[in-house]
Amino acid sequence: MENHILNVRNLTVDIPLPSGMLHAVQGLSFHVDRGETLAIVGESGCGKSLTSLAIMGLLPKKAIRTADLLELAGEDILNATESRMSDIRGSLMGMIFQEPMTSLNPAYTIGNQLIETMRRHRPVSVDEARDRAVFLLEKVGITAARSRLTQYPHQLSGGLRQRVMIAMTLMCGPDLIIADEPTTALDVTIQAQILLLLAELQKEFDMGLILITHDLGVVARVADRVAVMYAGQVVEEGSATQVFGRPTHPYTQGLLDCIPIPGKTERGKHLGSIPGIVPSLVGNLSGCRFADRCQHAMTDCSAADVGFRPASEVGHAYRCLLTPEQSAQNAAKLGAA
Amino acid sequence: MLIFAVKRLAVAILVAITVSLLTFSMIYLSGDPAMALAGESATQQDIENIRRVYGYDKPIVIQYINWLGNALVGDFGHSHYLKTDVASVIFTRLPVTMTLGAAALSFALLLAIPLGVLAAMRPNTLIDRIALTLAVIGQALPSFWFALIMIYWFGIVWGMLPITGSASWLNFVMPSVALGYYVTPAVMRLTRAGMLDVLSSDYIRTARAKGLRPVAVLFKHALRNAVIPVVSLAAVQFGFMLGGSIVIETIFAINGLGQLAWESIQRADLPMMQAIVLVLACFYIVLTFLADLLNAFLDPRIRVG
Ligand SMILES: Nc1ncnc2c1ncn2[C@@H]1O[C@H](COP(=O)(O)OP(=O)(O)OP(=O)(O)O)[C@@H](O)[C@H]1O
Ligand SMILES: [Mg+2]
Repeated sequence: MENHILNVRNLTVDIPLPSGMLHAVQGLSFHVDRGETLAIVGESGCGKSLTSLAIMGLLPKKAIRTADLLELAGEDILNATESRMSDIRGSLMGMIFQEPMTSLNPAYTIGNQLIETMRRHRPVSVDEARDRAVFLLEKVGITAARSRLTQYPHQLSGGLRQRVMIAMTLMCGPDLIIADEPTTALDVTIQAQILLLLAELQKEFDMGLILITHDLGVVARVADRVAVMYAGQVVEEGSATQVFGRPTHPYTQGLLDCIPIPGKTERGKHLGSIPGIVPSLVGNLSGCRFADRCQHAMTDCSAADVGFRPASEVGHAYRCLLTPEQSAQNAAKLGAA
Repeated sequence: MLIFAVKRLAVAILVAITVSLLTFSMIYLSGDPAMALAGESATQQDIENIRRVYGYDKPIVIQYINWLGNALVGDFGHSHYLKTDVASVIFTRLPVTMTLGAAALSFALLLAIPLGVLAAMRPNTLIDRIALTLAVIGQALPSFWFALIMIYWFGIVWGMLPITGSASWLNFVMPSVALGYYVTPAVMRLTRAGMLDVLSSDYIRTARAKGLRPVAVLFKHALRNAVIPVVSLAAVQFGFMLGGSIVIETIFAINGLGQLAWESIQRADLPMMQAIVLVLACFYIVLTFLADLLNAFLDPRIRVG
């Protein structure tokens, strides 16, 4: 328990809209340990970004955040003042965003932006901060690091900018890094490089890493644990081996069937797809949110609230009425198809 | 940066040459300048004499080059009406107008930029509404009318400020406000729009995710980017203000170029008008050039040019 760098219990994010309350994130519970990578996967709009912003305390003003517990390194960050939060951000936890092209300020040099991050939180001289910046730029695989410091963002490619962003979050040696689809906007060839780099740095600096990505191939390689989100809820959580090896929630099964995974998917196998669309999250919701699209839906599914329950192995849990045995049978059928 | 500056300078010089051509041709706007100078009772011989003395008989290109050459060394010719050197009049009046322009622009920017920033920080709140109202009033209210209202209250009813003349800095308060207020709305609205845009940008989110304090986020990261279009606008607005100074200087009886322009138009004092137009235009060109340089300093992407 003490080892948890981040502890989230029953996190909810609601956004009031003219058409009603949008329940964008509901009842999210997870934790991240030091030196651990938690991957959050799920389709577009399922609330992954709002979850990360909720942890950072950077939600849009109108969004309403509630939780039973939100702790970073044992400190309550749910009720922390905004001034304390700004001390924590960039120092104890950092975030990398999806859009490297626009995430750096075009008006200032790379060096300026790296150095200011450190000097905000640590009593170091400009020279010390600059040395740290050079050290980290080299760490993230940027050549001629010292001369890059005087360059402006527009002089760098997207991949380089994202590396700079990674270096920037590392400036103060944080306990936790949240990477929200850090490679979606990049060339396919660079995507895996950056994700593997992140995983490597996370091990080297012994940080917790929340990796939000669509790239299930990379998730399978680097994640220790995986949380699968659907429509604002975690529908399945477990170690990477558990989730990929014995997917138990029908959504996870469908998701894995859609995407080829190196070493797992046989060549020439037909890839599946999940029919239907994500339900609207506005207004009162009850029952399983996936019921409309689920091949195995029963009458009970839309009636009561479907709770999170343990699967057959410790540390593996899912949100479905099917028993683990029934799920295993379904998975076998999918695999055979 | 240097290449950019040189390019901009080349453009500025081209514009200046164009303006000088237009200004030069002013003298032919009202027909034969020699005939106009000689007056109604002049004989044909008088007109010919004048034409020769003033060089109006030479080819037009030569005339232009002579005129421009003289202007470049500060010789704008002779005012037939005032019977003096045009340049000496211009250079006693110029500082007055420049003081007025600078004060008005400072007033406008110091009012408009903070208001725009405040409005953008709290969109659709009371502050935003107040700022918007001020902007609407500013745009609807002609500056001469605003000047008259001020003269009535501050000058006559409360007697706080002098109404006419340019003796002390107090004389410049009302004219600067009247002139500057006119450009406030545009600057304020552009600042507000720019700030709103920038505040929702990804790099501001990054700045907050780094834990920067709100002041640093606002002033270092947001304002610097939001103010870039404002710089260009301010330069353009300053040009309008030079035009507006004709009205304002006349109302407040300030002995500046604006008033001189107004008088010269009435007297059909062509050399004087030419000189005023040329001086103001060049001033405007220099200002635009400086604004370009400032923008390039603010936004490194422009420097590539
Ligand atoms: N500022 C906002 N105002 C209103 N609705 C919002 C806002 N931000 C997000 N949402 C809604 O909340 C839901 C979750 O959004 P979120 O950005 O967290 O999704 P995501 O899982 O990150 O998706 P993606 O993979 O596309 O990034 C979506 O339905 C989205 O439309
Ligand atoms: Mg997202």
